[in-house]
Amino acid sequence: MFQAKTLFYAAAFATATLLSSTAFAQVTFLRGNDGDPETLDVQKGSTVTEAHLMRDLYDGLMIHNAKGEVVYGVAASHIESAGGTVFTFKLRPNAKWSNGDDFKASDYVFAFRRIINPDTGAKYANILFPIKNAEKVNKKQDGAKLEDIGVKAIDDKTLEITLERPTPYFLELLTHQTGYPVHEASVKKHGADYTKPENWVSNGAYSLKEWTPNSHIRLDKSPSFHDAANVQIERIMYFPTPDYAAASRRFMAGELHFTTDIPADQTKFLKEKLGDQVKIAPYLGTYYLAFNMAKKPFDDVRVRQALSMTIDREFIAEQIWGGTMLPGYSFVPPGIGNYGKPAAPDWAEKSPIDREDTAKKLLTAAGFGPGKPLKVEIRYNTTDNNRRTVVAIADQWKQVGVETTFINTDAKTHFAFLRERGEFDAARAGWIGDYSDPQNFLFLFQKDNTGFNYARFDNAEFDGLMKQAESETDLKKRADIMFKAEQIIAREQPYASVLFYSTKNLVSNKLQGFSSNLRGAYATRFYRLNP
Amino acid sequence: MLTYILRRLLSTIPTLLVVITISFFLIRVAPGGPFDLEQPLNEAVLANLRKLYKLDEPLWRQYLLYLQGLVRGDFGPSFSSQDLTVAELFAKGLPVSIRLGALALTLAVFVGGALGVIAALRQNQPADYVVVTAATAGITVPTFVTAPLFQVTFGLWLAWLPVGGWNDGAVRNTVLPVLVLALPQMAVVARMIRAAMIEMLRANHIRTLRAQGLSNATIIRHALRGAALPVVSYLGPAAAALLTGSVVVETIFGLPGIGRYFVEGALNRDYTLVMGTVVVIACFVLVFNLIVDVLYAALDPRVRYA
Repeated sequence: MFQAKTLFYAAAFATATLLSSTAFAQVTFLRGNDGDPETLDVQKGSTVTEAHLMRDLYDGLMIHNAKGEVVYGVAASHIESAGGTVFTFKLRPNAKWSNGDDFKASDYVFAFRRIINPDTGAKYANILFPIKNAEKVNKKQDGAKLEDIGVKAIDDKTLEITLERPTPYFLELLTHQTGYPVHEASVKKHGADYTKPENWVSNGAYSLKEWTPNSHIRLDKSPSFHDAANVQIERIMYFPTPDYAAASRRFMAGELHFTTDIPADQTKFLKEKLGDQVKIAPYLGTYYLAFNMAKKPFDDVRVRQALSMTIDREFIAEQIWGGTMLPGYSFVPPGIGNYGKPAAPDWAEKSPIDREDTAKKLLTAAGFGPGKPLKVEIRYNTTDNNRRTVVAIADQWKQVGVETTFINTDAKTHFAFLRERGEFDAARAGWIGDYSDPQNFLFLFQKDNTGFNYARFDNAEFDGLMKQAESETDLKKRADIMFKAEQIIAREQPYASVLFYSTKNLVSNKLQGFSSNLRGAYATRFYRLNP
Repeated sequence: MLTYILRRLLSTIPTLLVVITISFFLIRVAPGGPFDLEQPLNEAVLANLRKLYKLDEPLWRQYLLYLQGLVRGDFGPSFSSQDLTVAELFAKGLPVSIRLGALALTLAVFVGGALGVIAALRQNQPADYVVVTAATAGITVPTFVTAPLFQVTFGLWLAWLPVGGWNDGAVRNTVLPVLVLALPQMAVVARMIRAAMIEMLRANHIRTLRAQGLSNATIIRHALRGAALPVVSYLGPAAAALLTGSVVVETIFGLPGIGRYFVEGALNRDYTLVMGTVVVIACFVLVFNLIVDVLYAALDPRVRYA
């Protein structure tokens, strides 16, 4: 009797819910995000999660358009000095803040001083180190003062930025979230609380209205934005969806129009189910293994080459990652700006069988063989895909007689271990480009880059080329020099590039104007939402 | 009784202090820090940040500073949610977790309890088998399986309820998460009540009641009072766990509770958030254990506190 009653109530309740469920207002863009932002202070942020939000909230001097190309944002034009060290920007005459204040060049002077000030604690201050004296001020060197930073307001609508040295990727650099302005009066009045919705002032297409941690962030269109007439979507709801599988279910139920990732093991299913709403496109990132060159036998180039060439990248990209990653041979990802085709090792074109044979010979020459197998311990940070990847690599290495063991730790432990130069044989890591320039990948291997150069790669010729590239203003010549530098990496294999990252999104058919791009720059202002 | 409660409450202070001290140093022993990222920070920037968050101070000083703050009710800033303090995070998230947990707990106690009683009264009959089988399934199937299963069934196929999201606490957004949270607890309660009831129904005092010709309902009431004892002691810690949220349920359904803070805080080395979570959960456990002990006295005439 009791059970029958319960069933009855359950059914009645379910029916009532069914009847009361109304469709969510369709004018709102329901946008998934990787998680919650660590901060809404645009100058303290560092994650891709924040970058998505900031792109909607702010308008930088230079921005990415829907295709990921660098175009003018709050700047209307610019002039570059003959030596390439002085950039003069004319700001848009109708540029305003979301509270209606005029947007002035002095706002940028305040913003750049604030982000470079070491007391701000900006995680990405170093992106702006090409600006004159920025590095010195941030590192508190030579008594440099905030006023010494090379940013000057000539008048209300003219901004002059002086650089330490010619930086061919400077305009591209300004599209990074560190290049966004902040509203001086709000920061001064509210301090850290300027990020609260009630105090919010920004200069982008949207303005912050509501933030409930772990629930949602609501942005509404800003009527004072200079291009407001062309902004079609009135409201954006950002939902943190760190569980990609759950996000894809919400997408299928129509609760999300857009997700920032898809679960690799469900790619096939989702493609069948959702068709071209599944968008996979190249991204500016490399997934790699670092070999510890300070430890025998990994100081031997033959050992590194043998290990690297045995990795069947096509298999890993297709079978392990479900086609959501691309096989990687060069370290610099293809499609990057200010560069041509990246430098891959000469064995990249050979078949896996041929590479295995060569690897066996190299290992024999290095003193390893059936009686004396090479033993490698791979360290990696625990995720399902990393585990499956390194197990696949170990299996491939086994074909050439290499015995592999694993140590896996959580991400914090793993990367702290690498940064503190712990002892390892091979370690998994990844790098996502901050700006589209080969320098942003190759600088990882410079000898003096102790925080990033996990392999302890120390090559005078490479360092010399990088130094040479730094002072070369001719883009073509600079690209050639960096290509030569990358060839050294391809030959020496201190790092075995394994995969290139891709952007993986579920994008609703209702969303018009979307275009996958190398920078993963998806600003809502360029989209339209069909009901 | 009142002095007993007061004494117990006072004794929570040293217990809390021990918990805080052990946790504080344990999380610091874990390798890495809040600013170790896959994309490493520039050295100069890292030094600036460590100074800003006082991580460059000796550990014992950081510990004293933390205790000082705690006495003033200041849980410190969160490392992973820099715009909010730990206290603000809890102020926003705890009510959500408590609401979900309380609903799940109520469901577990009443539905689980009723099912347990029915099973015990119909021991070795079809109704009993159904309850025992369902309860075994409820205990063994983890929430990270039931949650997606419910999402697919009720959200996608039947489209009765939303797949996820909080929607400012709308009822239809809470149904699935509450059910998922309640199921395993319901199963445990049903099994415990069933076992205790079966034993109780054979006890001497129940046989006496039967011999006196009392109605079935009265007998069940008396038996239930005894059978509830083990469940009450189980529910103390279970309630503390339910009310402080579940990382699995909150992540899969996208709910703004505090359940995820324990795991995420630890993984992010968000020292202050981990400590805050430890303090909150410890308080819940201590309080619920006290409630259990008081309830014991109410349920069992043999238990007296002086």
